[in-house]
Amino acid sequence: MGLLSDPNRRRALINLLTRLNAPICVVCYMAGVAWFMGLAFEPFTLRTYMSENAMGSTMVEERFPSGERAVATGREFAAHKKKVSGMPVEWLVKTMQARGLEVYTQRFSRTLPFPDENKERYMVKGTNVYGILRAPRAPRTEALVLSAPCTPGDNNNQAVGLLLGLAQYFRNQIYWAKDIIFLVNDHDLIGMQAWLEGYHHTNTTGMDWSPLQGRGGSIQAALSLELSSDVVTSMDLVLEGLNGQLPNLDLANLFYAFCQKIGVLCTIQGKLQRNDWDSVSGYSHAVQTMMLMVMKQASGRPWGDHGLFLRYHIEAATIKGINSFRQYKTDATTIGRLLEGMYRKLNNLLERLHQSYFFYLMPSLSHFVSIGYYMPAFGLLAVILLLRALDLWVQLATPPPTTEDGIADIEQSSPGVLSVLTPLVISHLTGAALYMLPIRFQEMAVEHFPVSETEAVVLTAIAVYTAGLALPHNTHRLLSGEGTEQGWRVLKLVALLYLAVLLGCTALINFSLGFILALTLVPGAAFVTPHVPKVLSAFVLVILSPACTLLFSVFFFQELQEMPVSFLDGWLLYLSVISQGILDHFLYGSLVYPLIALLVYPCWLLFWNILFWK
Amino acid sequence: KGDAAAQKQAEPAVLQPTPQPKDDFQEELVVRPLHSGDIYASFQFRTLWETDFMRGNKVSHYRLFPKSLGQVISKFSVRELHISFTQGYWRTMQWGQPYLPSPPGAELWVWFQDSVTDVDATWKELTNVLSGIFCASLNFIDSTNTVQPSASFKPLGIGNVTDHRFLRYATLPREIVCTENLTPWKKLLPCGSKAGLAVLLKSEKLFHSSFHSQAVHIRPVCQDWQCKTTSWELRQTLNVVFDLHNSGQGKREWSLFKMFSRTLTEACPLASSSKIYIDITDNPEQFELSPATSLLSQAMVLGDRRTFSVYDLTQQDTFGNCTPFCDMLRPLLHAERYVAGYGLQTGEIHTLMYNHHPYRSFPVLQLDSVPWYLRLYIHTLTVTSKGKDNKPSYIHYQPSKDRVRPHLLEMLVQLPPNSVTEVTVQFERALLKWTEYTPDPNHGFYVGSSVISSLVPSTVAMDTNSTRERPLFSSFFPCKEESSYFVRVYTEPLLVNLPTPDFSMPYNVICLTCTVVAVGYGSLYNLLTRSFQIEEPSPGLAKRIANVIRKMRGVPPL
Repeated sequence: MGLLSDPNRRRALINLLTRLNAPICVVCYMAGVAWFMGLAFEPFTLRTYMSENAMGSTMVEERFPSGERAVATGREFAAHKKKVSGMPVEWLVKTMQARGLEVYTQRFSRTLPFPDENKERYMVKGTNVYGILRAPRAPRTEALVLSAPCTPGDNNNQAVGLLLGLAQYFRNQIYWAKDIIFLVNDHDLIGMQAWLEGYHHTNTTGMDWSPLQGRGGSIQAALSLELSSDVVTSMDLVLEGLNGQLPNLDLANLFYAFCQKIGVLCTIQGKLQRNDWDSVSGYSHAVQTMMLMVMKQASGRPWGDHGLFLRYHIEAATIKGINSFRQYKTDATTIGRLLEGMYRKLNNLLERLHQSYFFYLMPSLSHFVSIGYYMPAFGLLAVILLLRALDLWVQLATPPPTTEDGIADIEQSSPGVLSVLTPLVISHLTGAALYMLPIRFQEMAVEHFPVSETEAVVLTAIAVYTAGLALPHNTHRLLSGEGTEQGWRVLKLVALLYLAVLLGCTALINFSLGFILALTLVPGAAFVTPHVPKVLSAFVLVILSPACTLLFSVFFFQELQEMPVSFLDGWLLYLSVISQGILDHFLYGSLVYPLIALLVYPCWLLFWNILFWK
Repeated sequence: KGDAAAQKQAEPAVLQPTPQPKDDFQEELVVRPLHSGDIYASFQFRTLWETDFMRGNKVSHYRLFPKSLGQVISKFSVRELHISFTQGYWRTMQWGQPYLPSPPGAELWVWFQDSVTDVDATWKELTNVLSGIFCASLNFIDSTNTVQPSASFKPLGIGNVTDHRFLRYATLPREIVCTENLTPWKKLLPCGSKAGLAVLLKSEKLFHSSFHSQAVHIRPVCQDWQCKTTSWELRQTLNVVFDLHNSGQGKREWSLFKMFSRTLTEACPLASSSKIYIDITDNPEQFELSPATSLLSQAMVLGDRRTFSVYDLTQQDTFGNCTPFCDMLRPLLHAERYVAGYGLQTGEIHTLMYNHHPYRSFPVLQLDSVPWYLRLYIHTLTVTSKGKDNKPSYIHYQPSKDRVRPHLLEMLVQLPPNSVTEVTVQFERALLKWTEYTPDPNHGFYVGSSVISSLVPSTVAMDTNSTRERPLFSSFFPCKEESSYFVRVYTEPLLVNLPTPDFSMPYNVICLTCTVVAVGYGSLYNLLTRSFQIEEPSPGLAKRIANVIRKMRGVPPL
């Protein structure tokens, strides 16, 4: 910093930064993207390792014998489910009781803000059933959770069967030190949300639930099981939770270690890991896996029932059984042994999982990228904003060099607060409208237009978004006269710093979301001035706006999943993604929708404003 | 269904009548098949001794009473001492009420004689001595977890000192109980584990159970109903619940040998009475005992008339086993507790108290002792029953002092019939100093059980005569009225996470913080507050002198 205290050297440095500003920005952008792509390259990543001593060195034996019986129980469950066409509460209560558990039920009901067309539900009523295996000689202070959702149709019956089978087997063991809660949740995430809110007696989303009767103290870890066939080819691990939160990496390590030990094929993002990292296809495989994780994390929604546990500081993951056309099959006994091993190790925990990383990306199940490695990629993008801000600051501070005195004097007069405040207020009001109107006006929209509620919400959102672009942003002229050269510079300076802070905070909480937003918003923010060609710039700016980012992400995500869609299907998917995003906010408290509507979109509008300054 | 079990070999264990029967030893085992299918075994050993430890009276001749405890009583002027070590949580909803309730971990409460001047110092010394006697971490009891309850813990023996300045109560919810605590406990028995019921106390089996609790209670009691003479009573109790589901492979049968992997062969020769009671009240036709006994006894326990088969080991006979079933019980009084909320800043403690009596309401005394690092917001205390505000008729609250003493909250709450009463209070989690964290800070911090004491209306008339000969298990809590009986319920302890720094990288954190503060902040502050401009290099000495002279002359300087 001595460098800056010396006026001569400071001037030299600033000259350099202002003169070479554009090239440096371009280089930073390139470097940021290149760094990010390099993260998936195996030699640059770390191998995963078990950090938690309590789970690492101790050996456990897996002896779960009764996979066949579990599958049979699953069939019985399916029959009862079909008979009552929903959750067979009584049967579950009886079956769990017969296995020696303390059984309780919880009723809940929730009316969605608007109908969910993907899952065809609006007024949801259901019952969760859970049984607690009390650990002998334990004072009910700690618990582990194993959950399986009761999904309509033929899915997940085997998961419930295996859960009951494990309950029966676990009940006869003496070594448990933590209570184990076996939970069958109705209506997947809504039921899970109700149960967790009931367990912790909070109400964040306005759901109605009946209070829980039995508890097991503070929950240390949870696994959610999804299994829809008697045999599987591989087990898939899902980590991404609400708002992009991830469980401790040790939970993933535990899963990987047991898959290796028992000999089960394991995947993450549905991708097996490959050994040919040095080949192009191997590298692109790793990139795909990592990009899938980034996209899922950025969406901020829970990708399995485990996702809601993370809010309560409970490490949780979903384990999915996948049955594809591979030869190698794994039966229920083996999956049971896998879970038994994991629970025995979790049972050994003395402290909550905390030793390993909470912020990471996984290009494969055996490798991870920690926060220290991926943050520079974002930092390189964010520094562009700061460089541009510095450039503007310098321009504002030094008088324009070669102009006639008269003009310079007018230009010198510093722009009023109003000329900056007006666009700020207007764009934030537009953002607030984008957040509030879709839900408020759905009834009115349904009355006047031939659309369903869901369509009404999504279309209102798009309409408000587009209307925001058309708003007369140059109202500041009425208040403070002609838009001055100084005026847009001050506004841009404010907007740049605002965006930098916004993206920085987002990236700290949810790196993927911050990075994707930075990738698209930074170039627009960097180049926009009132002097660039209007039509072309407007087009580019719209392409780089948050809504279009989402549209591209939808297509890109489908591409990554090897399920490319046509443009029309993609558009429909886009509409449903918007409605899901809004629902996630209202049902589970996901923050992506309010973040985009209330902060990112207004910030982007400021740049739009600058483009149309004159 | 029957399965023959413990066999008592015929051996005439005739007790020699001692010349001065001033001390007396009784032993007793109650076996109760529980509602849930588990088996509850409760041992009680009582030593009575008509002596006076107080007033400088040097007692040096010990026969049945353990000397180590006698010395403790006289040295520390103890009036009453109750200590329990428990591993596991008593499941009231499945098992009903225990004969002797105790909270998970260690609990110690002591009434001192009113002659003690410095109670706190005596208490400190006493806990350290007891820690040695019982091989337990009682030395962790200090002012931060000791309270003086004003109403919940009245003396159980004779004596009407109710000034709670002489009472100290502490729990260690984290204490783990194991064989090392059992061995010293067994050594206090007159026969040790050589003969009598104590033969059954094999630690390998006792700790292969769902619940284990051992306790020592010392108190003065009346010798006769007129209370002319008093004697000291030492009661050693041990309660175990065996899980038949685990070991029985579905068969509902048990025997002493299966439970304890020992059989009884003789009574303790020093015991004046040595009895085994089997509770056969619940569906007596469903189970069958072998060997059968002709002795039946009825006793009023916890507001219920129970029938017992009695096996008197001082007589010569033998015995066997029984069966039962599984869903929730509805004990008249039941309580549970949990922490609500999420995040590491605030939280809320919820205590639920259930009154399952169909038409009678009764008052309960709730005692909460919360460590100082949970800062209770007492203004958020709410008590609601049936959706309505329930105002406690008595509240005794002593706020905590950081690092000195815990919060103490005692309330007298009326529980309406057939209702749930919810007590909530919010708290803030304190940030500890970094040396105050335990070695395993991410495990969480324990908050002891809250204690709920009550006189519960009884369905049968209780026996109020305290001196009549009764089975030991029914005569612990003194009974003052016929229509109600005393119950104490402990809730589960809580495990609360406090905000915890990442101890794994203090070095990195310190380095980073210092660097940022020193370099970044310092120079940035410098840049912001000072303006820099180029200055002429300072003139030489000759020039300065010349300038001074020129100034004096009134000529502009060089």
